[in-house]
Amino acid sequence: MSSDGLFSTSRRSFMKWSAMFGSAVLGGKRAAREIFTTHKPELPKENEIKIVRTGCPAHNCGGRCLLKVYVKDGIITRIETDDRPGDDISDPQLRACIRGRSYRKRLYHPDRLKYPLKRTGKRGEGKFERISWDEAYEIMYNEISRIIKQYGNSAIFIPYGTGSYTNLNGRWPAVRLMNLLGGSLGYYNSYSWACTNIATPYVYGTLNTGNQRQDWLNSRYIIMWGWNPAEMKDGTNSEYFIRKARENGARTVCIDPRLSMSAVSLADEWIPIRPGTDAAMMSAMAYVIITEKLTDDDFIRRCCSGYDSTQMPAGCENEESYKDYILGTRDGIPKTPEWAEKITAVPAGTIARIAREYATLKPAVLYQGYGMQRRAYGEQTVRAGAALSAITGNIGIPGGWASGLGSQAGGEPFWTVFPAGENPVKARIPVFLWTEAIIRGKEMGAAEGVRGVTRLDNNIKLIWCIASNILINQHSNINRTTSILRDENLVEFIAVQDNFLTPSAMFADLVLPACTQFETWGVEDGWKYGEEVFLTPKIIEPLYESKSDYRICADLAKRFGVWNEFTAGGRDEKAWAEWIIDEIYRKTRFPGMPPFRELEKSNAGVYVKPVREPVIAFADFRKDPEKHPLNTPTGRIELFSKPLFDMKNPEEIPAVPKYIQEWESPFGKEAEKYPLQAIGHHYMPRVHSTHHNNEWTMEAFPQVVFMNKIDADRRKIKNGDIVKVFNDRGALLARCRITSKIMPGVIDIPQGAWYKPDKKGIDRGGNINMLTTERWTALAKGNPQHTIMVEVEKFRG
Amino acid sequence: MPKYAFYINSSACSGCKTCQVACKDKNDLPPGVSWRRVYEIEGGNWKEENGAFTSLPFGYFLSLSCQNCENPECIKACPTTAMHVNTAGIVTINEELCIGCKYCSWACPYGAPQYDTVKKVMTKCNLCEDYLAAGEKPSCVNSCPARALDFGTWEEMTARYGTGENVFPLPEPSRYKPGMIIKPHGNASRTRDNKAYIAENEYK
Repeated sequence: MSSDGLFSTSRRSFMKWSAMFGSAVLGGKRAAREIFTTHKPELPKENEIKIVRTGCPAHNCGGRCLLKVYVKDGIITRIETDDRPGDDISDPQLRACIRGRSYRKRLYHPDRLKYPLKRTGKRGEGKFERISWDEAYEIMYNEISRIIKQYGNSAIFIPYGTGSYTNLNGRWPAVRLMNLLGGSLGYYNSYSWACTNIATPYVYGTLNTGNQRQDWLNSRYIIMWGWNPAEMKDGTNSEYFIRKARENGARTVCIDPRLSMSAVSLADEWIPIRPGTDAAMMSAMAYVIITEKLTDDDFIRRCCSGYDSTQMPAGCENEESYKDYILGTRDGIPKTPEWAEKITAVPAGTIARIAREYATLKPAVLYQGYGMQRRAYGEQTVRAGAALSAITGNIGIPGGWASGLGSQAGGEPFWTVFPAGENPVKARIPVFLWTEAIIRGKEMGAAEGVRGVTRLDNNIKLIWCIASNILINQHSNINRTTSILRDENLVEFIAVQDNFLTPSAMFADLVLPACTQFETWGVEDGWKYGEEVFLTPKIIEPLYESKSDYRICADLAKRFGVWNEFTAGGRDEKAWAEWIIDEIYRKTRFPGMPPFRELEKSNAGVYVKPVREPVIAFADFRKDPEKHPLNTPTGRIELFSKPLFDMKNPEEIPAVPKYIQEWESPFGKEAEKYPLQAIGHHYMPRVHSTHHNNEWTMEAFPQVVFMNKIDADRRKIKNGDIVKVFNDRGALLARCRITSKIMPGVIDIPQGAWYKPDKKGIDRGGNINMLTTERWTALAKGNPQHTIMVEVEKFRG
Repeated sequence: MPKYAFYINSSACSGCKTCQVACKDKNDLPPGVSWRRVYEIEGGNWKEENGAFTSLPFGYFLSLSCQNCENPECIKACPTTAMHVNTAGIVTINEELCIGCKYCSWACPYGAPQYDTVKKVMTKCNLCEDYLAAGEKPSCVNSCPARALDFGTWEEMTARYGTGENVFPLPEPSRYKPGMIIKPHGNASRTRDNKAYIAENEYK
């Protein structure tokens, strides 16, 4: 196939224009200049340029990559990536993506916070004045002291935030400081993995359900279910390992409402599915596998519990088993492919075929992405997927995969080894419920998922938000959050510490300018997967008056009189990096790693332990389940969970995984008013909200609303129109990108765009959290931010 | 002078545009100027039967820079000889001579010459000539997380990958003889029966 090329239209329009103006365009004065010059390339003078190898600044991006940073006169002038020779499958190059490669545009952005700011207008109004660090520290000292005295430490909260994620940067130093000062309200769980984090252990008793990724090369069949590693990474090189698995002969299927980047580049087949109905398709696959006798009966008999009436846990002998649910023995609804077709929009024949392929092309991987568990009944999807792995016996074998959260067996990356210390405040809330803890903390107990105490003794009164945009941008229902935070009687003091005046920082009383990871020391290790540790040296001096998160906390520690304890006798950032490598990594996971000083001197930037024999999760258990029982009540894989049964909430927390219609759904009454499902996928140019102001990444991937042409035509929307997306909770504006790559009935508003309200309260930044709900999921108390119904119209001003 | 070639594995390209930004960083390019560009091709239609989708659209990506054609239309179109083949065999713009008339950009079927609105001249990919001189590959090639790009002499690349195939929406290569070997995406064959198009993108 061919055409006139990419620019034929422009060429034609030029010809018209050119005819009108004749050749005047060539009459510039430059035409007469000397024309016979020889071009000589400007080679970099190596003696002027220092090259530093370092870890890419750690955000919660899903990867950890190596950068080769060019520095000249104290300025970073270029960023290249991993060029280690070999690129072997046991230790592939850790190549940075668009976000790392564009980092100079973030680092040297003119909007970097340059000095501490104090609020002058109303809270949230965005009016600030410059103050000195002395004054900023004085304010912090006074406010923290006052709140502790007036309410107690449990009224202080350092929210979830992943904007700076090395061991020494981000929120951890502040947590360490607060722990030395009597503690602060704790939290558990995350916005990323809320449902799978809680649901996976009910099945397997662990989160380490993943094989090391090199093992994917042993698979014959890989289902990427709502999984988009080409875009959201999920471990540097995950996409590359899938490609290698395909080269090894694996067939790959991507099940996703969007023809995602991964569906295009990694999948042999793409199956669009209606969001929120994954558990229905999974149940129908189980129906085919069970009725066509494709189950691994030996594995089920030896390793599972609750599959059928012969293996129900004590006290539940007469309850509905997993098989009962699938066959419809009790509820009268066999979960056939025809039943699922109406729910999922996937043809019954396709469902049956995928089920047969998955159950027979063994070993097979069913990899669950996390987007589909960030939903109203995300827990069910996680468990339904794990059940398919179990009944087909794809667990504990090379090339198989147990599904669930999937952290790698044999030792996952540590994430944080910086010693934050013990929190004297024992109370912990589910991370998603922090706004509840502002409004009615003292009423919150076990029903709201509070752990450590029976009831909170405080409402949140002081927030110290570090490297986090959770205060406004990333939390559900922005209109609700802004009204809560505006009320100074609720949270009495808000400090935000970041690189930019983010939408969250706009609601601060005090803004503290933190430097980026290029401007201080840090240590990072792999993201979920991988066997590597990066040393990230201080490459340039902190810009303007910014300081490292650690330095800010150490300075504050001095005011509080705990400097010696906080710094462990005077350690600076570099000394901590040395301690982390020499005292933790070298003495635990990586005994073969060179000592800090050698690593620093070598300028390698990274230490990697090659993976030649990938660890297989549950291999011992499969061989001898009696000798190596799981950490579940029965010691087996629990298709029926007695702990869940005992919660006595079968409608929302069934003991076996079930498809449950979501509380906002195309099948509900709400669809009459708001007929479109909206999802907010993790977008290539950003890490959540980080990099939203990066002109290179956002040029490549601007914030848009993706919509199918069928839905757009119905609404008379044209490609490029500004559209208003709304529901009862709020409205946003964004440019509409009409695409065939999303299924009809579904729109996609990539999450993380910066909230920028107009005078009417409509967000002109295109932030999906204008539409999301603060309601939490039943079991995990997690965020259901992809479960929303909306309507879209052309914006007419 | 060697003839150079980019190998572009469209079947492995995810459209992540890391190559495009690696290039921008290496060459300090402002927004609006992209010496390497990733194009998104879409085609096909949705068909619904009884509430289920039975026919689906498709897509693939193409990453293009300057293909350093043997028969460069851009040079022929240039009225000032600013566009020329330099001593290293690379199609190059002498910015001193360029008057910014954009003729080259309309002559090039790959969109390689890019107008810099600040400098008021055309600019384009120079194959990272400095890296080549140092025995390295262009920045874009080594940036690709999917390892979908390669670069070398025409002889090296064809020995390794064959001569590749032409894909929609590129013109027949015979006229330009681009230094480009494309491994098509499996979906590229579907453009024959289905109306395919370049998705709206940011490089007008």
